[in-house]
Amino acid sequence: MLQGTLDLLILKTLAIGPAHGHSVAYAIERQSDEVLQVEHGSLYPALHRLEDRGWIASFWGTSENNRRARYYRLTPAGRKQLAAQTNRWDEIVRAVNRILRPA
Amino acid sequence: MSLIRFLRRSAWDQERARELESYLAIETDENIARGMTPAEARDAARRKLGNATLVREEIYQMNTVRLVDSAWRDLKYGARLLRFNPAFAIVAILSLALGIGANTAIFQLLDAIRIRTLPVKNPGELLELRIAEPVGGRTGQFSGRRPSLTNALWEQIRTRQQVFSDVFAWSGVGFDLTTSGEARTAQGLWVSGDFFNGLGVPALIGRTLTRDDDRRGCAAPAAVLGYGFWQREYGGDPSVVGRSITLDGHPFPIVGVAPASFFGVEVGRAFDVAVPLCAEPISRGTRSALDKRAVWFLGAMGRLKPGLSVDQARAQLASISAPIFKETLPDYRAEDAKHYLEFKIGAYPAGTGISQLRRQYESPLWLLLATTTLVLLIACANLANLMLARATAREREIAVRLAIGASRGRIVRQLLAESLLIAAVGAATGALLAQWLSRFLVNFLTTDNNRVFVALSLDWRIFAFTAALAVVTCLIFGLAPAMRATGTAPAAAMKTGSRGSTDGRERFGIRRALVVAQVALSLVLVVGAVLFVRSLRNLLTLDAGFQQNGILVVNMDLRRVGLPEERRRAVFADITAKLAAIPGVSSAAQALIVPVSGSGWNNNIVINGKKYPDPVNFNEVSAGYFRTMGTPILAGRDFDERDTPGGEKVVIVTQLFTQKYFAGQNPIGQTFQIDEAPGQPRPLCRIIGVVKDTKYTDLREEFVPIGYFTSSQAEKPDPFLQVALRSNAPLTSITPAVTAVLGQVNSNIIVQFQTLPAMVRDSLMRERLMATLSGFFGALAALIATIGLYGVMSYMVARRRNEIGIRIALGADRRAVVGMVMREAGLLLAAGVVVGTALAVAAARTAATLLFGLRPGDPATLAMAAIGLGTVAMLASYLPALRAARLQPTEALREE
Repeated sequence: MLQGTLDLLILKTLAIGPAHGHSVAYAIERQSDEVLQVEHGSLYPALHRLEDRGWIASFWGTSENNRRARYYRLTPAGRKQLAAQTNRWDEIVRAVNRILRPA
Repeated sequence: MSLIRFLRRSAWDQERARELESYLAIETDENIARGMTPAEARDAARRKLGNATLVREEIYQMNTVRLVDSAWRDLKYGARLLRFNPAFAIVAILSLALGIGANTAIFQLLDAIRIRTLPVKNPGELLELRIAEPVGGRTGQFSGRRPSLTNALWEQIRTRQQVFSDVFAWSGVGFDLTTSGEARTAQGLWVSGDFFNGLGVPALIGRTLTRDDDRRGCAAPAAVLGYGFWQREYGGDPSVVGRSITLDGHPFPIVGVAPASFFGVEVGRAFDVAVPLCAEPISRGTRSALDKRAVWFLGAMGRLKPGLSVDQARAQLASISAPIFKETLPDYRAEDAKHYLEFKIGAYPAGTGISQLRRQYESPLWLLLATTTLVLLIACANLANLMLARATAREREIAVRLAIGASRGRIVRQLLAESLLIAAVGAATGALLAQWLSRFLVNFLTTDNNRVFVALSLDWRIFAFTAALAVVTCLIFGLAPAMRATGTAPAAAMKTGSRGSTDGRERFGIRRALVVAQVALSLVLVVGAVLFVRSLRNLLTLDAGFQQNGILVVNMDLRRVGLPEERRRAVFADITAKLAAIPGVSSAAQALIVPVSGSGWNNNIVINGKKYPDPVNFNEVSAGYFRTMGTPILAGRDFDERDTPGGEKVVIVTQLFTQKYFAGQNPIGQTFQIDEAPGQPRPLCRIIGVVKDTKYTDLREEFVPIGYFTSSQAEKPDPFLQVALRSNAPLTSITPAVTAVLGQVNSNIIVQFQTLPAMVRDSLMRERLMATLSGFFGALAALIATIGLYGVMSYMVARRRNEIGIRIALGADRRAVVGMVMREAGLLLAAGVVVGTALAVAAARTAATLLFGLRPGDPATLAMAAIGLGTVAMLASYLPALRAARLQPTEALREE
């Protein structure tokens, strides 16, 4: 996976609503139609990094099947960051496409 | 990353662990739901997550300032290693602490009495005024601790000088605080009006003295208290201003207190109370020196006017000298007058104050500083050796750690942390030790009669210097082997311990050289110690011509008794007789001067009209003095009732006196005259007895000719009486009886006691100081060097276990093994002793003036030191030798 895209995907996933690490991992896999396979372990340092930057916040809650789990939600700063990173992503994709498929 | 998270990173890690655990639980649940067995479900969940520990570590690292964290862990690890190896830690830290502490302490003292300037305004502008290189010496009476000028000279200088913005004079004096019974003295100062203003010292409370306080004939002059005295006597009560203090029986109104930092101008003493110079006649009465032109008792200083150089000041003083000396010429003999008129007033930088302590102790202290520097060097060499040994011993450990993936920098950092830990703990202990040691030194120098005051504070410069030296030593010798060890391939390093490979000769060479240096340097210190201890012993055991034990010296101040001059002789004789009758006192006699007290009185003598150039020392004693002092009368008789005031003046002389002036003649009945000033009578003095030679002012001096007059013929005695008592009872048990007897005679007598042994001890303070400290440092150095040798020999034995094992297995005699080790030790020791002896002979020369009855290169001393050090060192090497000889060959060979 491209450097930095994991952060973007996490932010996007959390934009829908708070989620714990396990469901974030599955959500990414599911929504990419199983194309993007995340090593679930590597998600946690990324979550930690995002929380450290103040883009997401965490709290302990109870999962669907009654397990204690650490939930993450997007902060206002995270929402702004998501918008900025999405724009940036679009620009990159457009730029790369222009090179790959010249009109 | 927040600091809080850094500090709470372990708690944070726990949180992560729980989070990952929660992931596994959810995933397992879902796997079971997908139809797996619980065990399969758990395993699958683990695979899905990946390496949980790695995840946690990654997050942990994100929370960490990596360098700080690892440094902290290195320090903890280092501390644990030191705890596991307490012998190494104690030796390393203590030897460093002693080296650093002793250097700092001695330097602090040296700084306080030699280098630091007075705590006054612009001390660099102060110049001391005194006679420039006196030609032919000054004559007259000298009193006080800085007898540079007479009052007449001071007054002339004050009016005539133009180079100083302020000039001031002072004289130190002991004031009595009591009016009867046992004396209580305050360190007093008579100061001229401008003393405080000239120095730029403001009052802490109240005011200081001014020119208006110092007017001739002042009746109730003001007093300014020293800070320490104010605290001691008045508990720092500010209402003391306005009250009055009784000095020598006269009330003085207290007008102010000096600030805490100001101790006067004499370094090593703190004044208790300062009164104007005009108060001098109040204490001294008719003996006042203000109008006596031949009484030298004042010290003087001036503050240079801005823009003037010292040379300009000197030139101006030289130009006004001739009229000043002409104006103040005392009633001198022609010869003395000629010298006097040639005097010039000189000016000398006085920013560091003046000090008797400095004159006496400057060179011993420099010498001690050199000693402690050597101790520090030896300690550093020892430390280097220990660090080398440790690093070598840990070579394999380091190799293992490198092999399993530790980075080179990480290992070097860890060894660095360990070295720094030793240096830091050593330095901190040293700083504490320095405070204790410098206070011990000041207490050592303080006696009952001489309260030493030195403003001490931790000197950061020297502490930083010595501590830096220690740190650098630790680093060089802790790191160099570590760098080398980490530089070699782990495989090779791991092999070195095994059989057949040879140890790096070179590294072992450094260790030998260090031991030789240690032995050599410590021999220098041991030689020094033996020289000083033997000097002290020589002084303590020499025949001084009197028996000091059992002598109590009683000083009586009868100024307040109001005794007319003509009655004093009779009253003094009466008091002496009463003291002699006290039970337990075997004899008592008056003595104007007690030997070794430092006082003296000398005159030139004339025999048959011929004047002899060398002055003769005199004393004035009563009958029974020689019996009391235990000085045998060799010929003639003691004084007795035949020697009346109007009769022929009689004198008892020492053996040396007769040898010098009446060689080959019967001295009894011979006569001489004192070379008195013109116009004074010169009675004939007839010798009636000869006594054994005794020391006069000082135990260190050669015997000198002495003449004793009798107090029964004394003319115009002063209202002071000094009596020596001999008793077999403890001297402290006699003093109450003496006080009681004196109280019956007159309640206004003030008395002070001293014992002769204590006086002798105090007079040998410098020698005792040198013997004690050099003895201590010598022993310390020898100990450290011995530890060093022991360490090297143990190390050698350990390294050569295999070889020794094989030798023994092949039938080597165990004695031969001991011999082999001891030969090795002996060689190192011999090399050290040879180098050390050469160094010691050179170094001892600098101490020549502090020795007594010994030459610096004294062969017996050198031999004693070398044999002493050698014996201890060889004994220390015997232990590893024995260990080598007891080696079980099978064990030694099986081990690898």
